[in-house]
Amino acid sequence: MSATASRPLSPPSASELQHRRVVALVGPPNSGKSTLFNRLTGMRQKVANYPGVTVEKRHGVARLRAGREIEVIDLPGVYSLSPRSEDEQITHDVLKGKVEGVPKPDAVLLILDATNLSRHLTMAAPIISLGLPTLVALNMADDLARRGGSIDVNALSQRIGAPTALISAKTGEGLQPVEEFLDGKLGAPPPVQLPVLQDVPACHAWATDARTRAGYRPPAPPHWTRRLDGIFLHPVWGPLIFLLVVVAVFQTIFTAAVPLMDGVEALISTSGEWLKAALPDTWFRALLIEGVWGGVGSVIVFLPQILLLFVFIGILEDSGYLARAALIADRTMAKVGLQGKSFIPLLSAYACAVPAILATRTIENKRDRMATILIAPFMTCSARLPVYTLIIAAFIPEQPVLGPFLGSRAAMMLALYALGFLAAVATARLLKSSILESVRTPFMLELPPYRMPTLRSLGLRLLDRSKVFLRRAGTVIMATTIALWALASIPLVNGEPPPIEESLAGTIGRTIEPLVAPLGFDWKIGIGLITSLAAREVIVGTLGTIYGMEADEGSVALQEALRQDLDLGGAVALLVFFAFAMQCMSTVAVVRRETGGWKWPVIQFSYMTALAYVAGLAANLIFS
Amino acid sequence: MPAVSQSSLADLKPGVQGLIERLDLPEPDARRLMELGFLPGSHVQLSRRSPFGDPSVFRIDDAEIALRRETAVHILLRSES
Ligand SMILES: Nc1nc2c(ncn2[C@@H]2O[C@H](COP(=O)(O)OP(=O)(O)OP(=O)(O)O)[C@@H](O)[C@H]2O)c(=O)[nH]1
Ligand SMILES: [Mg+2]
Repeated sequence: MSATASRPLSPPSASELQHRRVVALVGPPNSGKSTLFNRLTGMRQKVANYPGVTVEKRHGVARLRAGREIEVIDLPGVYSLSPRSEDEQITHDVLKGKVEGVPKPDAVLLILDATNLSRHLTMAAPIISLGLPTLVALNMADDLARRGGSIDVNALSQRIGAPTALISAKTGEGLQPVEEFLDGKLGAPPPVQLPVLQDVPACHAWATDARTRAGYRPPAPPHWTRRLDGIFLHPVWGPLIFLLVVVAVFQTIFTAAVPLMDGVEALISTSGEWLKAALPDTWFRALLIEGVWGGVGSVIVFLPQILLLFVFIGILEDSGYLARAALIADRTMAKVGLQGKSFIPLLSAYACAVPAILATRTIENKRDRMATILIAPFMTCSARLPVYTLIIAAFIPEQPVLGPFLGSRAAMMLALYALGFLAAVATARLLKSSILESVRTPFMLELPPYRMPTLRSLGLRLLDRSKVFLRRAGTVIMATTIALWALASIPLVNGEPPPIEESLAGTIGRTIEPLVAPLGFDWKIGIGLITSLAAREVIVGTLGTIYGMEADEGSVALQEALRQDLDLGGAVALLVFFAFAMQCMSTVAVVRRETGGWKWPVIQFSYMTALAYVAGLAANLIFS
Repeated sequence: MPAVSQSSLADLKPGVQGLIERLDLPEPDARRLMELGFLPGSHVQLSRRSPFGDPSVFRIDDAEIALRRETAVHILLRSES
C-alpha cells in the first residue's frame, strides 16, 4: 500500500483540515462503498458480502496524481435519507453536517450497484437534491458486463442531472472520472426537475424513466446464485449442509491447526532456552523467561488456530452465505422474540464481541438492539479458543466420535459453542418477554448474490487479524503477565523471591481461594480468573507464568501442570465458567459506549458472572 | 384490517407473479418496504421459502429480499383473473 506508506506520520493540522476538500461516500448497503474507499485511500476498511458491514464513519485521505489530498469519508449504507437505525442515522447526520468535529462534505460520491440499478437509482433523487456536487458512480461494472448488461452513462447523466460514471471498485476500471470529481474538476450536466422526495413511488418512477431512456439493459439473472440458493436454502440439504460445515470447521480447527501450533510452540521454547543461556542470571532474565516467554508465549501458541477460524469466518462473510445463515436462523430468533437481523451481529461475535456489538447498530428496533448487545458476549469469541483448547487438550482424550469426521475434542468444543449459543437465546427470551418486550419491527433482509472469496481478501484478513492478536499479546497480555510476575516475586526474602505461595500474588490467591474452591479451583486458577478479567486468554498466560515460576527450571508443559491442579470436575467447571462469564474489559467499555451509560454493562456483567459461577458450581458437583 | 378476500404476498406460489396493490402497514414500515422495491404497481415473485418455511424470499426488481409471513400478509396483491 504505497499510498499509506507515503502519508506523513503527523496528523494533519486544523488549518490543513479546513482547507481540504471533503467527499462523502454514500449509497445503499453492499454497493461497494468501502471497497472504493479502500482503493482511494489505501486503507483497509472491512469489506464483506452482506448489507450492513460498515456501521461507523471512517475518514481517509486520497492522494490524487497531482499530489493534492482529499479527505474521503466512508459511511454506513442507507436505503434513503429517512434513517431507521443507528447506522443510517450516522450517514444522515454526516450529510447534513450535524456531527461535531466532522466537516460538512463538500461533495458526495453516490455509489450504486449497476447490476441492481432498477432499485438503486431511486436513491439518486434524494441525494442529488441535497444540493452538493454529486457524482453518481455505477459500481460493479465488471459484473454488469459479465452478465451481459449495459447502460449509456452519458444519457443517464443528462437524465438525472448529475455526472455519472461506470466503475468497478474491485478491479479499478473507470476510476478516471472519480479522480477528477474528487479534484473538483469534473463538469456537471444541467440540473433536471427532481420528483417530490417524500414520495417514494414518484422517485421510483423518475428513476425508471431515466434508466429506460438511458437504454439500461439489466444483467442476466445471477444463475449461480439461484442454483446455490436452491441447495443452501433447500428444506433438507440446507440445514444439513449448515451442520456439516460447522462440524468440519471444528474438526479442522483441532486437527489442521495442531502441527502449526506445535511449530510455534517449539519456536517459542527454543528461543526461550537460547535466551536463558545467553543472559546472565538476573531478575531481568527471570522476568523475560517466566513472565514474557512463559506468559505471552503460551498465548501466542494459539495464533494458528485463531487464524484458521478467521479463514472460515472470512469465507462465510465474503461469499454471501452469511445472509442465508441469518435467514435459516430467523425461525429460531423469532421464537425468542428477536429477528434474523440480530443473527448477523451474533455470528460476527464468534470472532469478537466488540465489532458484533457495533454491528447491532443495523437493528432498527431499539429494544431488539439492546437485547442483542446484552447476549452477544455469550457467543464463543476467538479469545475463548485458547482457554478451551488448552483445557480440552489436557483433559479430554482424543477418540473418534463420528468416524474420522469428528473427534471427541472437536465434539467437546462444539458442545461449548452450543452452550454459549443456548445461553444467548435463553437470555434473549428472558429479556424479550420482560423488560425489553416490544412490538416487532418487520424483518427485511436483502440477499446479496454469491461471490467468490478472493485469496487476496482472505490473506489481508489474516494479516490484519494477526496484527490485532499480536498487538493484544504485546499490550494487555504482556502487561498483565508482567504485573503478575512482579506480584509473584515479592516480598523478597533475604534478597530472593519467596516461594510463590507466599508471594503477594500467592497471598491474594489464597485469600480468594475459598470463593473459587466450590467450583473445584485452587488459588492459581483463582488468580487466573482475576487476571482474565482484562481479557479471557490472559488466564493462559497467567498459568504459564505461575507454573513456569513454580517449576523453577523455566518451561513446564502447561497441560501437565493443569492436570495436577484440577480434577475433571474442576476442568469442566472452568470451561463452563469461561463459556458464561464476561471477562473482557473491551466488551464492557463498548457496551457502555453503545448504551450510553454504566447501567447496562453493570447488569450484564453481574448477570453473566453469577450465571458462570452457578453453572461452574453445578458442573463441578456433577463431574467430580 | 386486511380485507378478508384479498390475496397477499403470503399467498403467492413459487414462480407465480403478483402485482402489488397496496401496503397495509404503518407509514415508516411501508416506506422502507417501498424503498426496497415493494411499490404499488410492481411485480413480485416468490423465489423460495427458507428451509423452515418462514421467512420467504421474494424477487422484486431483480433483487432478492426476505420477509416474514407476518409482514408479507400486509402486502396486498391486485386480484388478477
Ligand atoms: N464484482 C464486483 N464486486 C464488488 C465490486 N465492488 C465491491 N464488490 C463486492 O461487493 C461486496 C460489498 O462491498 P463493500 O465495499 O463491503 O460494500 P459497502 O457498500 O461498503 O457495504 P456496507 O458497508 O454494508 O454498506 C463485497 O463482497 C465486495 O467484494 C465491484 O466493483 N465488482
Ligand atoms: Mg462498507
